[in-house]
Order: sequence, then C-alpha cells, then structure tokens
Amino acid sequence: MHEVAPINPWVALAYLASGILFIMALRGLSSPASSRRGNRFGILGMTIAVVTTLLTHVPRTADGALDAISIAEVLGAIGIGAVIGIVMARRIAMTAMPQLVAAFHSLVGLAAVAVAAAAYLNPSAFHIADAAGQIFAVSRIEMGLGIAIGAITFSGSVIAFLKLNGNMSGSPIMLPGRHVINLATLAGILGLIGYFLTDQSPWVFWTITALSFVIGFLLIIPIGGADMPVVVSMLNSYSGWAAAAMGFTLGNTAMIITGALVGSSGAILSYIMCRAMNRSFLSVIAGGFGADASAAAGGSKEQRPWKPGSADDAAFLMSQAENVIIVPGYGMAVAQAQHALREMADQLKKEGVNVKYAIHPVAGRMPGHMNVLLAEANVPYDEVFELEDINGEFAQADVAFVIGANDVTNPAAKTDKTSPIYGMPVLDVEKAKTVLFVKRSMGGVGYAGVDNDVFYMDQTMMLLGDAKKMADDIVKALSGGGH
Amino acid sequence: MDFISIFSIFLLACFVGYFVVWSVTPALHTPLMSVTNAISSVIIVGALIASAAAGSPVSKWLGLAAVVMASVNIFGGFAVTERMLAMYKKKER
Repeated sequence: MHEVAPINPWVALAYLASGILFIMALRGLSSPASSRRGNRFGILGMTIAVVTTLLTHVPRTADGALDAISIAEVLGAIGIGAVIGIVMARRIAMTAMPQLVAAFHSLVGLAAVAVAAAAYLNPSAFHIADAAGQIFAVSRIEMGLGIAIGAITFSGSVIAFLKLNGNMSGSPIMLPGRHVINLATLAGILGLIGYFLTDQSPWVFWTITALSFVIGFLLIIPIGGADMPVVVSMLNSYSGWAAAAMGFTLGNTAMIITGALVGSSGAILSYIMCRAMNRSFLSVIAGGFGADASAAAGGSKEQRPWKPGSADDAAFLMSQAENVIIVPGYGMAVAQAQHALREMADQLKKEGVNVKYAIHPVAGRMPGHMNVLLAEANVPYDEVFELEDINGEFAQADVAFVIGANDVTNPAAKTDKTSPIYGMPVLDVEKAKTVLFVKRSMGGVGYAGVDNDVFYMDQTMMLLGDAKKMADDIVKALSGGGH
Repeated sequence: MDFISIFSIFLLACFVGYFVVWSVTPALHTPLMSVTNAISSVIIVGALIASAAAGSPVSKWLGLAAVVMASVNIFGGFAVTERMLAMYKKKER
C-alpha cells in the first residue's frame, strides 16, 4: 500500500505545462493589449492541472470499483465553489476590489491549512509516509511550514478584510509589548516545526496551527489603513509561499512554480509600495503608522489663510487651460467620483483642453487601484500616467486638479526633514500654474497626519465638498455656460 | 521526485517570477494581484487528492472543504480579472 507510486511522465508533463501557462499568464500583464490573452493562458493552465488531478485520482471503493458518490461529492464541491466565485466576481464594485482580494487571500490560506491537515491525517494518500505510518522528515518540515504560512495568510487576511471593509477601525491597534509577544510566538512556531521532526504527535501539529492563526492576527492589527497596500501585497506573497510549501509536500511542479511566481509577485509589489512611501518593510510590519494622526490634527494649529473656490470657478479656470493634469486618490474611490470625473474630462476635451491623469503608486488601497477605477469609468489607459512619467509635466500644466489625494502631493516630503513623510516620492502639483484641490473639509489631514502646504499657496483654490458632487457640479458648469 | 530536483525547480521559478513581475505594467497591478490569487489556488490539486483518497473520513472532508474554497478563488479570481481587463481601453482616435 505504501510504496511510492510510479510517476507517469505524461502526468508530470501536464503539471509542468500548467506551470508554464501560469508564467505566460503573468507575462501577458506587461501591457493591457496582451493581458486578456494572458488571463486565458492562466485559465487553461488551471484547467489542465485540475483535469489531470481528477483523472489520476479517481475515487475508488475498497474493491476497486468507481466510487460514484465520492466522484459526485468532488464535482459538487467544485460546482459550489464555481457558483460562489462567479457571483462574487460579477457583483463586486470596483472600489471594493481590495476587500475582495483580501477575502480571496484568506480562502487560499484556509485551503492550504485544510490540505496540510488532510495530508497530516492521511499521509499515505499523499505518499509522504513509510509503511509504519511515519511521515518522512522532509515532508514534516514542508507540512509544518505549509500549515504555518497558510494559517498566517488566513487570519492576517481576515483582519485586512475587516479593516478594508470598514467592519473594523482602520486605525492601528497597539498591544503593549507586542513586539515581544510576536517574536516569542514566531520563535515558538519555528521551534515546534523543528520538534515536529522528532515527534509527529497531534498536539505538536495542532499547536503549530493554532499559534500561526494567532500570529497572523497579531501581525496585522497594529497596521494602519494607509499601509494596507503593503499588507495586501504581503499577504498575496504569503498565499504563494503557502502553495509552494504544499507543492513540496506533494512533489507537484505546477504548485511549486505557481507558489514561487505568486510569492515573488507579492514580495515585489510590497517592495514597490514601500519604496513609494519611502518606508522600510520592517517599519510597515512593526505597525503604528498614522496612530497619532487625529491627535496631531486636533492640536493647536496656526490658522493659515486659504482661498476657497466654487465649481463655477473651477470650470472657468479649466476651460481656459491648455493642459490639465488630474491627480486622483483614495477619496475619489470613496466618493465613487470616477465616472463624474471622466465626464468632466470629456467636457474639457471637447473644449480643446489636453487632459492627463497622474497616478501615485500608493494612491488607493491596493497596487494599481486607481488605474482600475479609471478604466472602469472608460478613461483610456494611454491618458493615465505613472508618477515618474508625468512628474516633469506639472511645470507646463495650467491646472493640477487634485481629487481625493493629499499626502502624495505634499511638498514637505521633499523639503521638510522633520516631516513623517520626508523622502517619499510625491507628485509635484505645486509646480502647476493653478492647483484646484478637491477636499471634503479643511479640518481633515491625510493618513500621515501632516498638514499640506499646497492648501495655502497663492495659486491654490480649495474646492470643499464631496468629490463626486464637486465633479458633477463642474460638469454642469462646463456644459451650461461654456466659456 | 527528490528534494533537490524540486528545490531547483522552485528556485528557478522564483527567478522567472522576479523578472516576469517586474515587467508587469503598474497600471495592471490590481489585475496582477487577482490573477496571482487565482493561480495560487492550484493548491486545489492537493485538495482533490485528499478528497479522492480512502482511509480517513476527516481527511476527505477537509479535502472537500478545501476544494470548495479553492474553487471560489479560481472561478472568482479569473472572472474578476477578466472583468477588470475588459475595462482597459485605448483612446479612440
């Protein structure tokens, strides 16, 4: 019963093919034009992996006959998942993508935990145990790592989901002595995985699982809302490493290649996000950023003069302009202002104004969030530019129209060494002839809790109000009066 | 397969991942996350093996639960990626 099953070369090749198709799926994302074909490659790769597994692991009863009930159960499970998944994908609002991705990550994590637990309970089915039921040493390590990473991914993603979805406050929750607790828990998990090598008793396995659920929770609660792009990317990476660890256990190339791809993808995205905030990965993980934001805002602050403006003023200024650069931020997503914004841009284009969009890498709650929202509103992707590609153009722009962004435009990041955001790359909106700044109120500050000098500059006009309503009003003013 | 062969594949795949992901345009970073999420659910392979194996009912039910979760991710992840990618359009000239 326990001999290692001979590996059919066609089966191994099928898994390899699906691994390569996954690489091509990511490769397709190098441009929007090839991206949809890439996604089809991904779907094909997954189909090959699933069908191969189904054909090589047909459930059989003790006498070798097909086990129809088990087959129906497996296909039923796939069907249930398919319906839930497709309904979620169809219904989700684009502004809620970060939550959806966090929810999906938690499922990968929990699935990895379930698979590792199943392998632990029935090791012979996975060919990872000898005749006496002793699990191979290397498999114990792989399994221990798999369940630990899977459990961390699960509980971490659940917290990230609750924060992004607003079920839980986005502000950091700081436990006293949390670094000591976290390090001790991590050391405990690693120690137990080592001990698991010598003792495969259930208590060891389940304690690793339980501690990993706890550490995932502890790691994410002190991280604030503005750092969520890093967290979501990091959990993306973890879900990949969890899949890779299970791939080692099963000796499955499709899982290993995918795990490595997803693991590196998430790690690179985390790095890009950290760099865009000029923060080290460790300082993000340590958490607490933005915790004193409200305190700083409430403090005694000198009142500086600023210039209010109306939708009509903004419409007039922009219709007279030659070049307008729109800078959207998370506030635009919250107000669902992307469609109104695009209408505004359309009106301006009709009047011969050259309109471009400038996107900061950490605008929004996940990497690329603003780009998706603008794409949803039918903004052509060749009008949307990344920070490094457009920053030089603000000096030639007549109007910089900032909507729902704040910290990413703050010049203090370039000049004020004492500012918490010093060193962060920012969009040079202050170089434009006029800055129109759409903001809910003058009281609020960005997530970093710092005031923005742009508000008080001579060429700045503050457009206070809801982002969507403001954009709608500007559209009305533009289409009504014209010049 | 022995550990060293598997580990070699893993390391090489990490390098491939590194270069492929850096070539992804920042405008598509959200679809990148949703599609990586979908493909990491290839963990369904392990779930299918567990749910098809005889011997341990608990293991089988854990496997079936994992099949449901991974399927949600696979179908949901690819579908939402497709939906997003369909929205990216070039300027009409």
